[in-house]
Amino acid sequence: MRSFYAILKRELYVYFSSPIAYVVVTIFLLLSGWFFYSAFAYFSMISVQATRMPGAGGINVTEMVLHPTFGNMSVIMLLMMPLLTMRLFAEEKKAGTLELMLSYPVRETELLFGKFTACMVIFLIMLALTWLYPFLLWLYAEPDIGPVVTGYLGLFLMGTAFIALGLMVSSVTENQIVAAAISFGAILMFWLIGWAETFAGPSLGKVLSHISLLEHFESFSKGVIDTRDIIYYVNFNILFLFMTMRSLESKRWRG
Amino acid sequence: MHYVKRLLYLCSKPMIEVDHLTKYFGPVPAVLDVSFRVEKGEIVGFLGPNGAGKTTTIRMLNGFFPPTSGSACIDGLDVFDRSLDIRKRLGYLPEHVPLYKEMRTEAYLGFVAEVKGVPARQRQSEVDRVIDQCGLQSVRKKFLGNLSKGFQQRVGIAQAILNDPDVLILDEPTIGLDPKQIIEIRELIKSFAGYKTVILSSHILPEVSMICQRVVIINEGRIVAEDTPERLTGKDKRKVALEVKGPEAEVLARLRTVPGVVAASAEARPTDHAGRYVVEMGQGEDVRDAIAQSIVAAGWSLLEIHTLRPSLEDVFIRLVTEEQGRG
Repeated sequence: MRSFYAILKRELYVYFSSPIAYVVVTIFLLLSGWFFYSAFAYFSMISVQATRMPGAGGINVTEMVLHPTFGNMSVIMLLMMPLLTMRLFAEEKKAGTLELMLSYPVRETELLFGKFTACMVIFLIMLALTWLYPFLLWLYAEPDIGPVVTGYLGLFLMGTAFIALGLMVSSVTENQIVAAAISFGAILMFWLIGWAETFAGPSLGKVLSHISLLEHFESFSKGVIDTRDIIYYVNFNILFLFMTMRSLESKRWRG
Repeated sequence: MHYVKRLLYLCSKPMIEVDHLTKYFGPVPAVLDVSFRVEKGEIVGFLGPNGAGKTTTIRMLNGFFPPTSGSACIDGLDVFDRSLDIRKRLGYLPEHVPLYKEMRTEAYLGFVAEVKGVPARQRQSEVDRVIDQCGLQSVRKKFLGNLSKGFQQRVGIAQAILNDPDVLILDEPTIGLDPKQIIEIRELIKSFAGYKTVILSSHILPEVSMICQRVVIINEGRIVAEDTPERLTGKDKRKVALEVKGPEAEVLARLRTVPGVVAASAEARPTDHAGRYVVEMGQGEDVRDAIAQSIVAAGWSLLEIHTLRPSLEDVFIRLVTEEQGRG
């Protein structure tokens, strides 16, 4: 446990002593803020028009502002998370510090979870700073609190899945650019694989849409907590963290 | 009491036992059937040219990867089965001193102390101890990436000796240092003799002979010799270099008549009148006296005379040719 804290502290130190965390968090906030503003501005325009047209009901702030904002935030995450995870193992492998680290009495699990947790902390800070959007919404409109909470829960679960996948990819290469490119590609593939549902036949289509990262996020952003979705993300995390462990241990049996 | 403890420590089982260690990378053997023992408190030099299998052996010793066959034990524990226990007692300095360049010296050593399991209360005093021992006071607050090669090497040694490990494995600890730093690092390593078991890899023979009590020479993955540095270098024919002011042909002829001289040859002339000569002496003979007297008796001036130390290359060429002769 002691090594876990030491590694966590060091990783956080690296994130904040270099521009990585600041740049990634700032860009994320800038883009998500812009998307929120557009959705909110569009909503207010529509609602002004609606007041002039009697009988035009069904305008819902949750559906018109929160739902697209969460959707857009998840897309920005897809672009930014690989940049947070790419260095975690690749940098240490390239510099040779991983060899020295593994000569210390450190378990691979402590190393893995130290890095995973550090990245998670950055991600949570990033997510927490977006509180302003629902808060502003709450000042001027009456959004439901439920969908806000589930939306954040969905973003959180999806983010951990991105980190687990990124960590795994980073552990198999020495090159950070390669790590970022592969994680981005893999996440996008998991994202879009659900699109094949329409033409892949009924049984295969169902499987493909179940594998899709996006499919499971949809219900969260609508305000629905489905245990299937939670289990999906938990499984996704376990699978990729397990694969990272294997990849770290592989030096023990590879020739 | 102190001496009794040290005596008991020295009298127990060997600290490191390497038994028929073999490592293949694909079809290529990097280390082939290597066996040696290191007693407690002993400093052993691991000598060989680049690519001889030193680093591979060292990596197997610290459990970085497993051997293809054979085994290695530290203090009776298999380095692979009991990796975590072994790593608690091991200090390791890899070849190129990989450090976290974005950290400051003191913070980095604090981090290593924490990872190595030094209790929180003793951490600061332990970090201070290694900073003092390795002479790092002036760079305490500096970023590791901005340190000179010499200081980085010293930080590398400092992290290895944190938490006072019983076994130290140092891969090329003095490479890239200036002569003054080399002497300091050597003194530091020498001071571990009798207290820590040290394996030191190097490709510089004089360095190893200065620090180590025993030398294991490895070439192409195999051990070619294992002995004390004195005996390894003593087996080679000893050579004496001379600088004499006199006619070259006559000097050479006279040198060859000195009893005990096996061969004499002239080298490039540094000045108009003085010439450089190399004289080879017979096994176990010291004819420096006779040479000097005979030169002076002939009326020439003897400007310089010194023994040439055999280099690693000389010892190597002899060992490898001996081996081939046997095979």
